[in-house]
Amino acid sequence: MNIVVCVKQVPDTATERKLRSDDKTLDRDAVDGVVNELDEYAVEEALKLKEAHGGEVTVLTMGPGKATETIRKALAMGADKAVHLTDDALRGSDALSTSYAMAQALKKIGFDLVILGSESTDARTGVLPAMLAERLGAPQLTLANKVDVEGSSITIQRLTDYGYDKVEATLPAVVSVVEKINEPRYPSFKGIMAAKKKPVETLGVADISADAGQVGLGAAWSEVVDFAAAPPRAAGTIVKDEGDGGAKAADFLASKKFI
Amino acid sequence: MSEILVLVEHVDGEVKKVTLELLTLAKSLGSPSAVWAGPGLSDAATAKLTEYGADKVYNASAREIVDYVVAPKAELLAQLVSSAAPAAVLVAATAEGKEIAGRLAVKTDSGVITDAVGLGDGFVADQSIFGGGVNVKSKVAKGTPIVAVRPNSTAPVAAAGAGAVEEVAVALSDAARAAKVVDRVKQEKGARPELTEAAIVVSGGRGVGSAENFSVIEGLADALGAAVGASRAATDAGWYPHQFQVGQTGKTVSPQLYVAAGISGAIQHRAGMQTAKTIVAINKDPEAPIFELADYGVVGDLHQVVPQLTEEVNKRK
Ligand SMILES: Cc1cc2nc3c(=O)[nH]c(=O)nc-3n(C[C@H](O)[C@H](O)[C@H](O)COP(=O)(O)OP(=O)(O)OC[C@H]3O[C@@H](n4cnc5c(N)ncnc54)[C@H](O)[C@@H]3O)c2cc1C
Ligand SMILES: Nc1ncnc2c1ncn2[C@@H]1O[C@H](COP(=O)(O)O)[C@@H](O)[C@H]1O
Repeated sequence: MNIVVCVKQVPDTATERKLRSDDKTLDRDAVDGVVNELDEYAVEEALKLKEAHGGEVTVLTMGPGKATETIRKALAMGADKAVHLTDDALRGSDALSTSYAMAQALKKIGFDLVILGSESTDARTGVLPAMLAERLGAPQLTLANKVDVEGSSITIQRLTDYGYDKVEATLPAVVSVVEKINEPRYPSFKGIMAAKKKPVETLGVADISADAGQVGLGAAWSEVVDFAAAPPRAAGTIVKDEGDGGAKAADFLASKKFI
Repeated sequence: MSEILVLVEHVDGEVKKVTLELLTLAKSLGSPSAVWAGPGLSDAATAKLTEYGADKVYNASAREIVDYVVAPKAELLAQLVSSAAPAAVLVAATAEGKEIAGRLAVKTDSGVITDAVGLGDGFVADQSIFGGGVNVKSKVAKGTPIVAVRPNSTAPVAAAGAGAVEEVAVALSDAARAAKVVDRVKQEKGARPELTEAAIVVSGGRGVGSAENFSVIEGLADALGAAVGASRAATDAGWYPHQFQVGQTGKTVSPQLYVAAGISGAIQHRAGMQTAKTIVAINKDPEAPIFELADYGVVGDLHQVVPQLTEEVNKRK
């Protein structure tokens, strides 16, 4: 089975993230990049499927040059090779452009299964997996907390508000995973050493037959008009419990008409 | 007035509160048309949608629409976008709502804005990003604005619309029939409201101490008619099921009232609750960062404070 797992580099949530004042895009240079946490679950699921069914796991990352750190981590976990989609023309791409460029790259790479995290911690749109399914004309098997493949058929449990839906489809398909589907492995020392020798192919906009007018900040379908640091919340009232803390909190809730 | 499509969220034939909020928002910007996807539109549901402003109710009652994952709903909306040429399409910013919005955006070559917490003239949306640290105003630059709005962003206001029902037939493509729902498993849910939709959420963290002790959190939640949430420390410990995790890698909630008990207030937890209108924190550590957000904080042991609060709430009801 030919599995492509989409891994994004995101700013470490523990650091202060900023938008650039010039073009209102995320300032990726100012912060440390880490692997989007949910994507580690996607990598783990890909590795497990490979272990069970054979095949190859390819990491696909779209992002600036320093996203290679993220690629190395996924390779150290056990992925076989990587494709790094990187091009100045891609900077500032919104969800539509990103899904377009990634779909073009996926068509070039070829796949039986594409696995993504369900959401990135920076953009937090959670739309990319559905958009890719739409663009690739492949079944959308998203928000999975369980994935089973048998021959060319695939079944997932899709998390819902009321429990889960059992969903069936035929490969090739697009899967997104939620946290708790598995326990991502830590890269071993051997894995880290081996990752250094694994092939990483770099692709630009021209290599994926993408229309440069459809990507990057200039092409964006949505725009940030304005932004500002959130005003600090007005300082609240903090009381020490002297045996009446619950009653005092109830007074507060009553004053706000919650009770 | 310009037509605005609102995708109706419904369970067991009942319209969810978030849809009434979206209708109210749409009414402030144009003429709302509710879109009912799947079987089950009753007179009562039509009356409810009308009461909250729907001038039109599109009824796409084909069973097929709910038999496959997401894609049929996006096709239905795309069909209506091309026939009705609405000024905008609003969906609820639930996990599925956002997926529908994403596919619709690709289909109609339109921009999409997710997790709006407000929407004003020219469909300029308010968003809160980076764990609540930055407020953004954004808008769609191309095509029909598609906006996924977070539950609890507006209070629903009754304002009767014309409520004309129009039947809609959809011809699904093969691609929309690719992922078939073969079974729906309902897990015990009890009487509590849906976490992402609830007007009040009571969450417990590591300070709760054990799975059994979550009954303290549930007790307060039930007294307030609230949903129960948990921090990742609590779900990782297996004290509470993962689907109730609030935060960056869990659910995002934006309730009127959020009560955090035994939660320190890490940035990743804040990312899921910072847009709550009122925040109450109970923590024994006066230095806990959650107090920086709290409108009201009690420094104390939650095992004392929460049961007393629950008792008081029950007494004063
Ligand atoms: C990539 C990433 C994603 C993450 N995603 C999430 C997420 O989605 N959601 C999330 O919540 N976290 C998330 N986290 C984890 C987050 O960083 C914190 O570790 C977590 O939120 C801590 O949970 P907590 O506040 O319950 O526990 P702690 O930080 O341990 O805080 C417990 C608090 O309880 C108080 N306490 C203890 N006993 C009592 C008592 N008897 N009475 C009153 N107070 C008491 C303590 O003073 C303390 O402040 C994520 C982390 C990472 C790295
Ligand atoms: N630039 C990117 N490169 C690789 N994968 C990505 C990229 N952006 C998003 N993804 C994938 O899409 C998922 C959802 O991201 P998002 O829609 O941005 O919340 C992530 O968990 C990743 O698996």
